[in-house]
Amino acid sequence: MTTVALKPATMAQALTRAMRDAMAADPTVHVLGEDVGTLGGVFRVTDGLAAEFGEDRCTDTPLAEAGILGTAVGMAMYGLRPVVEMQFDAFAYPAFEQLVSHVAKTRNRTRGAMPLPITVRVPYGGGIGGVEHHSDSSEAYYMATPGLHVVTPATVADAYGLLRAAIASDDPVVVLEPKRLYWSKDSWNPEEPAAVEPLGRAVVRRSGRSATLITYGPSLPVCLEAAEAARAEGWDLEVVDLRSLVPFDDETVCASVRRTGRAVVVHESAGFGGPGGEIAARVGERCFHHLEAPVLRVAGFDIPYPPPMLERHHLPGVDRILDAVGRLQWEAEG
Amino acid sequence: MTVLEQRGAYHPSPPPAWRPRTDPAPLLPDAEPHRVLGTDAARGADPALMRRLYGELVRGRRYNAQATALTKQGRLAVYPSSTGQEACEVAAALVLEDRDWLFPSYRDTLAAVARGLDPVQALTLLRGDWHTGYDPREHRVAPLSTPLATQLPHAVGLAHAARLKGDDVVALALVGDGGTSEGDFHEALNFAAVWQAPVVFLVQNNGFAISVPLAKQTAAPSLAHKAVGYGMPGRLVDGNDALAVHEVLADAVRRAREGGGPTLVEAVTYRLDAHTNADDATRYRAADEVEAWRAHDPITLLEQELTARSLLDEAGIEAARADAEAMAADLRARMNEDPPLDPMDLFAHVYAEPTPQLREQREQLRAELAAEREGA
Repeated sequence: MTTVALKPATMAQALTRAMRDAMAADPTVHVLGEDVGTLGGVFRVTDGLAAEFGEDRCTDTPLAEAGILGTAVGMAMYGLRPVVEMQFDAFAYPAFEQLVSHVAKTRNRTRGAMPLPITVRVPYGGGIGGVEHHSDSSEAYYMATPGLHVVTPATVADAYGLLRAAIASDDPVVVLEPKRLYWSKDSWNPEEPAAVEPLGRAVVRRSGRSATLITYGPSLPVCLEAAEAARAEGWDLEVVDLRSLVPFDDETVCASVRRTGRAVVVHESAGFGGPGGEIAARVGERCFHHLEAPVLRVAGFDIPYPPPMLERHHLPGVDRILDAVGRLQWEAEG
Repeated sequence: MTVLEQRGAYHPSPPPAWRPRTDPAPLLPDAEPHRVLGTDAARGADPALMRRLYGELVRGRRYNAQATALTKQGRLAVYPSSTGQEACEVAAALVLEDRDWLFPSYRDTLAAVARGLDPVQALTLLRGDWHTGYDPREHRVAPLSTPLATQLPHAVGLAHAARLKGDDVVALALVGDGGTSEGDFHEALNFAAVWQAPVVFLVQNNGFAISVPLAKQTAAPSLAHKAVGYGMPGRLVDGNDALAVHEVLADAVRRAREGGGPTLVEAVTYRLDAHTNADDATRYRAADEVEAWRAHDPITLLEQELTARSLLDEAGIEAARADAEAMAADLRARMNEDPPLDPMDLFAHVYAEPTPQLREQREQLRAELAAEREGA
């Protein structure tokens, strides 16, 4: 028996592998989008798929997002399982009507007769020095649309697992891929990819007793760094990685907050009307008697995404997270 | 000579000579809408097809009248009538094979019914007891699309998927003149042409997008001309001439089936009724315009042809009317029954499995209903 050494792989490679494995396992899986074929995608996430499976299975489409998603709806109606790439977060907006009015609703409209197993991959978020319209955190729009699942990986293994689960799901799933983690590496054996977990489960990435940082996607590494830095202040922070925004894992989140009694939600998306408000409300409704302080939010400012030379002031960083932790009414304890 | 000039002038190699990628001439629609009824061409028409079309037109007119009446009785929330457009609705249904797919808009319940759908199921959306009252796969009729033109890319995707699978399936998508201004119309036609998908687009140009006339909708020579920009043929047809619509659509369907790619058909017709029962058409169009179109009624046109050729007599006309009355009576009786409603259905089909949050909300509603029953 040979043991395969764990090799570092990037999140982008894990996503590619997830599509590759799904396409090999199921001939109804089709990838379509702008530049996904010959070029392999602007982030190379579909690299090699057209070569391996042919242009009919991995298709360069015309440059029209509503058309891409709209034709994917028709393909799904005929029994295919389309995986659509939206090139960038802010370029996915033309497809919004198809997503909201058809992708999200058709199962319901037809009383379950016509589910649409469509995966919509959206590279999202900032921190890559992109010029405007290349760094939006658009998750709140998707979360506010009943009928969609919304997931976002923060680790290499989850990128594989969540994308496989999304493609396997009979419901439409929006997979938000944190662009700035595309090239993050982790020890992950591509020959033995992790078991595919069901959608909808959060995970505790770091155990702690003092307070819970609730986060996802691109903010997970920042929160883990903040948790390390917090040790110097005497705080032992727990970090929960949501992984799935819809369905929301109240159970894992609330179990953590009940243990620690304090919580900060961290995300890049604008705070007002953002996911943090929903999460704070849910935690407040369910854990009120366990809370030592109001649930705080560390979010992007309520501004259009800044130009790249100013984005570091916008993105939640370690200091801003630690400031929030410091405001969790510690004096009340004594 | 300066240092830089010593490099010599930059002489790029000339690009290859430009020429159009395809010859646009064969794609252009005819100058006049295609007509068959009242022309010599009608003499070669299949009597059985003519009789079939006639029967369906008479039923269709009666269906429109009955559905409109049901709005007045509160049995339908709203009805967008296709009165005056029955030739398009019926021909679209009749040109398709069983395995083909129809993609209707909200105004096209008649096409769905002519294809074999139970009218009660077709009207579910407009009655309001659910959104889609039928399994789209049963009759290959996509859900009625209320957002304009969004069903067109679906038709393209489905036709493309069928072709990828090697299935001999054509998709026919219906859209109105207003819908041609939507971005999804453009994207769908472009995808269809690039992929050479076996799809036919039928634009029913009924003159108005609610109140807005075509002149405010487009500056194109005709809606059929838009096809040329995508590299597909555009066909112009008299939308009140059932034989002509059937012929043009049948050609387009055959072409798609044989691998010839998509066609855009513009049927010039007229919406005799208001946009819906909630609309007042007298605010935006003159009565004499409506009367002029009544003189070009699709049923009258076909009836004249049939009687002139002795293919239809008074008894035949009476029989068609009686058949339509029977359909209307059945529809009326069934629509006068209250549909069964189960509030728990609200949560049943949002996802394959309800999320934990939806399970909680379902229990909340269940409790509310129980309290309501106890209070009653």
